[in-house]
Amino acid sequence: MSDAPEVRPPVVTPARVVIALCLVAPFVAMLWVGSYAKVDPTFIGIPFFYWYQMLWVLISTALTMTAYKLWQRDQRARHGGTK
Amino acid sequence: MNDGVNGVALAVFIIFFLAVTVMGFLAARWRKAENEHSLDEWGLGGRSFGTWVTWFLLGGDLYTAYTFVAVPAAIYAAGASGFFAVPYTILVYPLIFTFLPRLWSVSHKHGYVTTSDFVRGRFGSKGLSLAVAVTGILATMPYIALQLVGIQAVLDVMGVGGGENTNWFVKDLPLLIAFGVLAAYTYSSGLRAPALIAFVKDTLIYIVIAVAIIYVPVKLGGFDDVFGAASEKYTTAKAGGLVPLEAGQWTYATLALGSALALFMYPHSITATLSSRSREVIRRNTTILPLYSLMLGLLALLGFMAIAAGVKVTNPQLAIPQLFEDMFPDWFAGVAFAAIGIGALVPAAIMSIAAANLFTRNIYKDFIKPDATPAQETKVSKLVSLLVKVGALVFVLTMDKTVAINFQLLGGIWILQTFPALVGGLFTRWFHRWALLAGWAVGMVYGTVAAYGVASPTQKHFGGSAKEIPGIGEIGYIGLTAFVLNVVVTVVLTFVLKALKAPDGVDETSPADYTADAGDPGVQVELPPATAGTTH
Repeated sequence: MSDAPEVRPPVVTPARVVIALCLVAPFVAMLWVGSYAKVDPTFIGIPFFYWYQMLWVLISTALTMTAYKLWQRDQRARHGGTK
Repeated sequence: MNDGVNGVALAVFIIFFLAVTVMGFLAARWRKAENEHSLDEWGLGGRSFGTWVTWFLLGGDLYTAYTFVAVPAAIYAAGASGFFAVPYTILVYPLIFTFLPRLWSVSHKHGYVTTSDFVRGRFGSKGLSLAVAVTGILATMPYIALQLVGIQAVLDVMGVGGGENTNWFVKDLPLLIAFGVLAAYTYSSGLRAPALIAFVKDTLIYIVIAVAIIYVPVKLGGFDDVFGAASEKYTTAKAGGLVPLEAGQWTYATLALGSALALFMYPHSITATLSSRSREVIRRNTTILPLYSLMLGLLALLGFMAIAAGVKVTNPQLAIPQLFEDMFPDWFAGVAFAAIGIGALVPAAIMSIAAANLFTRNIYKDFIKPDATPAQETKVSKLVSLLVKVGALVFVLTMDKTVAINFQLLGGIWILQTFPALVGGLFTRWFHRWALLAGWAVGMVYGTVAAYGVASPTQKHFGGSAKEIPGIGEIGYIGLTAFVLNVVVTVVLTFVLKALKAPDGVDETSPADYTADAGDPGVQVELPPATAGTTH
């Protein structure tokens, strides 16, 4: 899959790199199971394994939202503020 | 778990069920007289509702028997490994963000209503389009089967038939009732009913979730006690655990990734996505969906709570309904069962209609009877939607019901094989249509054969969805392995076919179509109905 949602030259800009990182980060974090497959530290009695993944729901939301905002700005700049 | 009928719970359950069904039926009639569009606006992208209402309806549709029954049951039985559903849904957002807006644009530009439509337009290949349609229909069946199992579990716990030591009729009675209700419901109300009853359904579901994730842990003495009890159970049973062992980590990751890639290939998800008002709505909605994952995670923990509460069931699917019956007063248990039951019924109806429309549009009209009249289309759609449900029933009866999450995973193995044609096609025209078809065939055959060969303690075949990955030696999700094979075959054959100058097919789309938005020239805001049968 390509890095940015829509590829059009000039393709790579700093904003787009950030967008790509925001979208790729959840994959790295969630698929690297070994990094969070442990019980301690617990949080209000919930093992690390569970609260860490639920925390990632929030992190992933924040990242996707950042990507969305950046993308909007990127598109607006490209289309001369048609939106 | 057949210890007599729970009268109060059953009465509440039936009242809610009847109320919702009658509402659906009335909605169907009301709509005929009123503005055609007034109900479409619900749940499907929220054409005139604010973000909050949209979110409420969209979120409510995601809570199916998968969330309420299958995932907690997997946790109850095996512990950590069932929690892969949470990373699965986390991975869905970046995926939606990346490719669904493109699909929206090209579909609204060319009037595509199904993935098959797109694949045919993009690659000029009827064969590939047929493959995608057949896969969509086939893969939907086990997913509907999962919903049937959910309804069955609720009926079973309430004491309507079920139990292990009775004759086959009483034992399968809950399943037969579930099937009958679903068939009658879809037939009478079609797609309209789910839209109007969404508010009632979703309110019920949110109330039950809120109560379940606050009341139950408090009553059980906090999470320390809950996880303590669970840990003890896994240790004595020598199965499962609170965290996945080294050996289970590949399985965990591949299940999460494979499920995430598969989700938006299903016919019913595509229908819902394409009905959004604009491509921006899709992106905006992805930023709102995560609360669903959070709830899913908390509901999954109910599996541990069932252990701590001393729920002992041989069929793990009954664990959560049984927990509700044990912990809640009878009347609220009835409310909770109604939420689970209706929450399974509505998506099952939507799925079977989406699959039926796929058949009518991309198989019946394309291959069998191109000049079919609207009346014929409606008839075929209705018939196929029934056949799809019968197919689902066959899955329930032949597969291991005690691991219902496998139904969804089996569907995923198949539907994932349409990913290269669909998502590949959204980004590049490089793949050759014949190569995609060959890759699809290899993936389907490998996936089916591999899944067939997995045995479980109660089943000789189709006992699970994970198997050793050839060449790596770890245990991984079969769907993802088949997908990788599919891609490899597709890429290699594309090189070969290009070298041989095989005819490439006509691409009716142009690059600008993939970024078009509502308001651009040629973009249809309102897509035509998939078939005349859509409004049955």
